Amino acid sequence: MKNQILRMLPGAVALLASGAAIADELNMRVGVTDISRQVYDLHMTIFYICVAIGVVVFGVLFWSVFRHRKSLGAVPATFHESTKMELAWTIVPTLILIVMAIPATKVLVAMYDTGGEDMNIEVRGYQWKWQYKYLDEDYNNSFSFFSNLATPKSQIKNRSVKTDNYLLEVDEHLRIPINRKVRFLVTSEDVIHAWWVPDFGIKRDAVPGMLNELWAIVEEPGIYRGQCTELCGKDHGFMPIVVEAMPEAEFDAWYATKVSSEVVRQESMTKTFTHDELMVQGEGIYGTYCSSCHMANGEGVPPVFPAIAGSTVAMGPRDDHLSLVINGVAGSAMQAFGKQLDAVQLASVVHYQRHAFGNDAGDISQPQDVINLSNGQ
Amino acid sequence: MSEVIHADHHDDHAHGPAKGMLRWLYTTNHKDIGTLYLWFSFAMFLIGGVMALVIRTELFQPGLQFIEPEFFNQMTTNHGLIMVFGAIMPAFVGLANWLIPMQVGAPDMALPRMNNLSFWILPFAFSMMISTLFMEGGGPNFGWTFYAPLSTTYAPDSVTYFIFAVHLMGASSIMGSINIIATILNMRAPGMTLMKMPMFVWTWLITAYLLIAVMPVLAGAVTMMLFDIHFNTSFFNAAGGGDPVMFQHIFWFFGHPEVYIMILPAFGIVSHIIPTFARKQLFGYTSMVYAVASIAFLSFIVWAHHMFTVGMPLAGQLFFMYSTMLIAVPTGVKVFNWISTMWRGSMTFETPMLFAIAFVVLFTIGGLSGLMLAITPADYQYHDTYFVVAHFHYVLVPGALFSIIAAVYFWIPKWTGKMYDESLGKLHFWLSFIGVNVTFFPQHFSGLAGMPRRIPDYALQFADFNMISSIGAFIFGFSQVFFLYVLIKTIRSGAPAKGRSWEGAKGLEWTLPSPAPYHSFTYPPEVKNEEVHG
Ligand code: HEM
Ligand SMILES: [Cu+2]
Repeated sequence: MKNQILRMLPGAVALLASGAAIADELNMRVGVTDISRQVYDLHMTIFYICVAIGVVVFGVLFWSVFRHRKSLGAVPATFHESTKMELAWTIVPTLILIVMAIPATKVLVAMYDTGGEDMNIEVRGYQWKWQYKYLDEDYNNSFSFFSNLATPKSQIKNRSVKTDNYLLEVDEHLRIPINRKVRFLVTSEDVIHAWWVPDFGIKRDAVPGMLNELWAIVEEPGIYRGQCTELCGKDHGFMPIVVEAMPEAEFDAWYATKVSSEVVRQESMTKTFTHDELMVQGEGIYGTYCSSCHMANGEGVPPVFPAIAGSTVAMGPRDDHLSLVINGVAGSAMQAFGKQLDAVQLASVVHYQRHAFGNDAGDISQPQDVINLSNGQ
Repeated sequence: MSEVIHADHHDDHAHGPAKGMLRWLYTTNHKDIGTLYLWFSFAMFLIGGVMALVIRTELFQPGLQFIEPEFFNQMTTNHGLIMVFGAIMPAFVGLANWLIPMQVGAPDMALPRMNNLSFWILPFAFSMMISTLFMEGGGPNFGWTFYAPLSTTYAPDSVTYFIFAVHLMGASSIMGSINIIATILNMRAPGMTLMKMPMFVWTWLITAYLLIAVMPVLAGAVTMMLFDIHFNTSFFNAAGGGDPVMFQHIFWFFGHPEVYIMILPAFGIVSHIIPTFARKQLFGYTSMVYAVASIAFLSFIVWAHHMFTVGMPLAGQLFFMYSTMLIAVPTGVKVFNWISTMWRGSMTFETPMLFAIAFVVLFTIGGLSGLMLAITPADYQYHDTYFVVAHFHYVLVPGALFSIIAAVYFWIPKWTGKMYDESLGKLHFWLSFIGVNVTFFPQHFSGLAGMPRRIPDYALQFADFNMISSIGAFIFGFSQVFFLYVLIKTIRSGAPAKGRSWEGAKGLEWTLPSPAPYHSFTYPPEVKNEEVHG
């Protein structure tokens, strides 16, 4: 216990030091889009109106509390109604509300102007990560990736010092160009999530079976962070959103390399790999996708998370093993990885499981086997 | 009606409670049942409070220290459900039971046996719900709003128990409401016209109609969940052609009136306490009644303000923005009338009055943040952050809960015949007042800074505010245990109270001796003008 406190100490000191920065964290962020600035102005306008109402109302109340006391000899008045007053405090607030509603309507209408986009990105929520897909007809809409929390477990469990972007960092940023209208199509694979980037002034629920539209024209390059804002299960607090806005040329260059490696990836679907190639790739994928439950050593946490080492599946028929990984096990934590991994990745991770941790199935799994299996269904 | 009942008891004046514990099981007396409701809600309040403290303990610092995220979600969910359905609502029903017959000049509630049943359902419903926490897979973990499909396809197995518990709570509320409406409409003493009814009676009459209107909607929602889970329907399952958003429309069609169900009786209570301690008649009685009625009406057409981010057409968004803003008007009317009641009164500040004034101030702060939340484009930034948490805790804790505490201090002399200790009461008030503000005020800031709600761990920039919130929560929690002590002390050894326990108290209940007789009015009292409004 004492040790734990000692280990938290550096974190606490860092926190104090950043006190100045925290002072800026009292209010809504102004953000980096025209919309986010409009929203901020709207927020400040209503806020000041509310403060003004508060000052007047509480002013009268406290005046009365301090002056109209029995202990000061106050004698109760006998008035108890006034139609004029009632009308006044019905009409005046209504007028104030109308004054508030006008700018609010304007901003809302501007937000709903989703047309004329320069590019489309599909944002798909999963328990508990985001998938981003660049919708680009030229490349079969196939270039997509997952964005997972990158904060190590040791920081969350207080075993190491928490770094600056604790819980707000991911393994792969969503990259977008500045000064172009990017349209986001938000949806979900499982439960409802919500995609929010405060600096863009946009938030929308990711609802399974529904496509919600959002858009942003970011004006300043930078890295912008947000979080899932709809309770989506156990790791709701651990699926951040990180968007990197890049100067146009830089983005285009990045996108071109991504797309060409995507072409390479698609070609690799027809390749035949060696045992060693599959083992190397498979180990990496096992580490990212499987080891959190089945453990790095393949021992699992029986009975909840079965062991891979010596497992009947890993030593049994190859196609059964493949289809279990592709389709998942309904009603358990074992997901259908067919939706998240491509044929090369599936083949290599299954091959790895069959030949690691002392397993020795003695066969080989190729991307084509995965494709055949998927088509056969 | 009152004639008949009065004939029943005519020759049996000494009729008192039965002896022994079974009295509480079989009782059909409105005061006994009121007492049962109040103690039950207090027990639930403490259980829900412990859950809140578990949450605040975990959130004291960034990182996971004490509990796992899975359990954290069960705590937030059960805290919300227990406070809403187990603490606030039954407490108001308990107050209705105690007060309505006395305030309208009746001997008891109209339907005493049903009254017994509506109470005794509750302990079973809540035992069932709380027991799921100990089941394999855990209890409800999908938030008190239980959005599908998290609460259906992805729910723990125990969700079926949760559904039945909600059904039972709904049945209890509906029966309670029928009883309240029947009592108010049929059992008023001669001469008490509708527009002479005390405000607490008025607000409960309207609340009871709200309950009857929306509890069946909630029952429908959970029934559809039950079918989705067990009978392969797809009401809320997109893969089967259903619509998860429909769940939210149904839930909030119940849920928004529900939040007013938790505040209208509070309006009634405060409308009794402020005139009493200002020694001045309630200002604008008629417009107070109309304001409550219009709030109740508007509460049916604003539900989707909880769903601004769900993706509605522009016209829908605008409609719900305008209608929500409109609710602020009658709400404002109430606040202005209370302040006008205080204005040029002759005020003293006994504990009930302190809680009532704090109610007016802090509830108004909650109303103002509600107004901010109504502005759709800004709500995109606020929604599902701690700003919303701050908003609804301001209207529910120093709002609904403070009014209940104020009511207990105000009427406990009538109930027990004993006076509470004024300095202990004041101490309880100041501790609660400080606790509630230290807990919830900083949450406005963490929300604006971007902290989502319902997360067990958070980014470092939110650390300070969370620490302050947690400290406040422990102050508040402690002060409610202190409240328990004050209550027990009052019941055991409070000074004897007069029939009219407060100098400025008006209303039929104060014409009875303290403690009030077991059957409040065996003869219909005369309704004198100086005792009633209008
Ligand atoms: C002037 C009056 C009020 C207005 C304009 C108002 C407006 C709103 C809005 C727009 C939201 C949705 C915020 C969001 O989720 O983004 C909200 C949430 C909420 N309000 Fe109010 N409100 C008012 C008064 C009240 C009162 C009197 C109560 C209860 C006593 C209340 C209880 C709640 C609750 C419980 C929620 C959150 C529900 C949840 O998501 O868990 N509000 N309010
Ligand atoms: Cu609402």
